[in-house]
Amino acid sequence: MKQEKDYSRDLAEIRSMMERSSKFLSLSGWAGIMAGIYALVGAYIAYAVFGFNPDHSSDLPLTGTGISATLLNVILLAVFILAMAVGTAIFLSSKKAEKRGEKLWNATARRVLINMAVPLAVGGILVLIMISKGLIGFVAPFTLLFYGLALYNASKFTYGEMRSLGLIEIGLGLLGSYFVGYGLLLWAIGFGVVHIIYGIYMHYKYER
Amino acid sequence: MKILLNGLHKAFESRIRLGIMSALAVNDMLDFNALKEYLDVTDGNLASHLKALEKEEFIKVEKSFVGRKPNTTYAVTPLGKKAFSDHLSALEKLIKGASS
Repeated sequence: MKQEKDYSRDLAEIRSMMERSSKFLSLSGWAGIMAGIYALVGAYIAYAVFGFNPDHSSDLPLTGTGISATLLNVILLAVFILAMAVGTAIFLSSKKAEKRGEKLWNATARRVLINMAVPLAVGGILVLIMISKGLIGFVAPFTLLFYGLALYNASKFTYGEMRSLGLIEIGLGLLGSYFVGYGLLLWAIGFGVVHIIYGIYMHYKYER
Repeated sequence: MKILLNGLHKAFESRIRLGIMSALAVNDMLDFNALKEYLDVTDGNLASHLKALEKEEFIKVEKSFVGRKPNTTYAVTPLGKKAFSDHLSALEKLIKGASS
């Protein structure tokens, strides 16, 4: 006959398995903080160094020959920030997964990524289309919008707080679409400040 | 069905079977590899436990192909769900009873 201790351990194991198999919990709060810092630095460089701050939905930066130098710089900068943020997130999350004795790339992680992939891909393609049509002012708010939708969609399979984060990003994206002149500022708030606050909150709530 | 005296189900005596049922209880379905990752067991070990649960009709198995690779998914049956939740409440009762 098993002892009470064994039964308690059975229950604890059941609870842990239910959580591990339905939610991706290796996402690190620090990844959010770092992504936020990169975004703030990036937005500052775009604004102060490249003088990028579109205040109309269409500034027609397309000259006869192609994309303007400023826009090209900003796009390269954005790609660089994205790569840094994703790289940091993968690195920190893999360390956290290791500490939890799990694999980073498991069925739960795949599910989160698949659920993010569709809104992100749609948003990415739409943003490329808008750049090609010269609708530069909408690029920043639309990245916020689709990123928010992706988070909202994936939140079922990870921490519940991601749902709120997604809704905040969607709200900022909608605001930015209306007040196009504040697009870059709202982008910096959404990807920078909000990520940092979220990261700190998650770190203190789950990782201490 | 073999039910032990105290309401615990014999099929869930094994940690691995308990783990399989817990994972399937909160997921619509999982494939073999996902279960293997969560439980950290060998193919043969997992397969034999899955077979045992299938024989009890607690889980149902669906074989399909992803491209040319066979892909087997598992889902919990209503019977399995009931047996598992009965087992859970029996566990809870035992722990409460023993500590009071």
